[in-house]
Amino acid sequence: MFNYRFQWNQAWKRLPEMLDGAVVTMQVAVLSMVIGILLAILLTLFRRSGSRILSGIATTWVEIARNTPALFQIYMAHFGLAGLGLHLSPYQSLLLGITFNNAGYLAENFRGALKAIPDTQPRAGRSLGMSDLQAFRYIILPQMIRISFPTITNQMVWAVLMTSLGVTVGMNMDLYGVTQDLNALTFRTFELFAMAAVIFYVIVKIIQAGAWLISRRLFRY
Amino acid sequence: MIEIENVRKSFGALEVLKGIDLTVSKGEVLTVIGGSGSGKSTLLTCINGLEPIQAGKITVDGIEVHAKSTDLNKLRQKIGIVFQQWNAFPHLTVKENVMLAPRKVLKQSKAEAEAMAVKQLTHVGLGDKVDVYPGRLSGGQQQRMAIARALAMSPDYMLFDEVTSALDPQLVGEVLDTLRLLASEGMTMICVTHEMKFAREVSDRVAFFHQGVMAEIAPPAELFGDPKDPNLQQFLAATH
Repeated sequence: MFNYRFQWNQAWKRLPEMLDGAVVTMQVAVLSMVIGILLAILLTLFRRSGSRILSGIATTWVEIARNTPALFQIYMAHFGLAGLGLHLSPYQSLLLGITFNNAGYLAENFRGALKAIPDTQPRAGRSLGMSDLQAFRYIILPQMIRISFPTITNQMVWAVLMTSLGVTVGMNMDLYGVTQDLNALTFRTFELFAMAAVIFYVIVKIIQAGAWLISRRLFRY
Repeated sequence: MIEIENVRKSFGALEVLKGIDLTVSKGEVLTVIGGSGSGKSTLLTCINGLEPIQAGKITVDGIEVHAKSTDLNKLRQKIGIVFQQWNAFPHLTVKENVMLAPRKVLKQSKAEAEAMAVKQLTHVGLGDKVDVYPGRLSGGQQQRMAIARALAMSPDYMLFDEVTSALDPQLVGEVLDTLRLLASEGMTMICVTHEMKFAREVSDRVAFFHQGVMAEIAPPAELFGDPKDPNLQQFLAATH
């Protein structure tokens, strides 16, 4: 025990490959958030629509996304859909799985945020001649995004961390996948994964700092 | 002209308007007084179609408000309404609050909407506040902003629903002054209010609502000077 000899040099040489992986991780996370937010807004509209079918779809989505492991969701996107005849690449499956998860969590957060906006707000818009959708778009949505901004930031962090689940569906281009492959090649397990952890940590800190800057610019009221 | 014929309105089993007949002609200032629960505020939200009615008919310039074929979004452009709670949009500056509906509903250009907003805000005495967020304004200022916001749509009618009831006493005056100004300019207005002095000064007619019925309507001198309905007599005695 404890006769492991650290060879940081070996691992350090692999940093450029790992940073390339980090770029892919960021790409997946950002894409999954952008699409996830749009889908969550759509699910929110479904829930407000008054249609049983639409709100049923939204509720089912939210329930599955929030109450099953993210690993299961990514697995289903890859092997489950493949079983049905739809073959997605590991990258696509990972993106789909995380996006599904993001949309579900965000839709639920949006629902909470909506409760903080009094009904009199859209009513005031309606009384000025705005349509339902216009009142949502210009009066409710901006306030909803502001109220749920901290949870959106959290979900972004989760999206980054969830990319590590991609290895289970054969994803090897992202930070975690690259690290896994390098480990198989060099056996510098501790060094490589410690470096990966630090890179993940830095990415998260950058996201949090960025969110703070954005919130200061956007929410001056 | 606003014509209200035998309008009945219920919330569930509770009937709040029990057959109201009322006509308001162009340029008239009508104030509506009465105790809480008398149905006076509900009438306003029925006039611009925010609430459905169970029987009767409301027409505005010949357009039936509650007919299925009526484009309510279009009709509401004619009818401005200001509520007790001013409902400022907190994420927009004062100017943007006023510009929003003209831009999105009337499809005005930014310059056009901005010119109108500044004009209306100046009109209600907020010319120096156009670029601040409503959170920085007092209740009276926010309420005047809400009035400017409604006026920016160039409505033919203005409905005021107890616009001073949620204000601190020292802020009531500035809002009533704004209403007086509008009345003097010939705006057709229906004001639901608890301000008896205001009702007496600006109204062409005053209507007294009691338990969902319009119990009396008359010019202010007559209604306040010689009230005939016993409930009105009681109401006036209690408010003095």
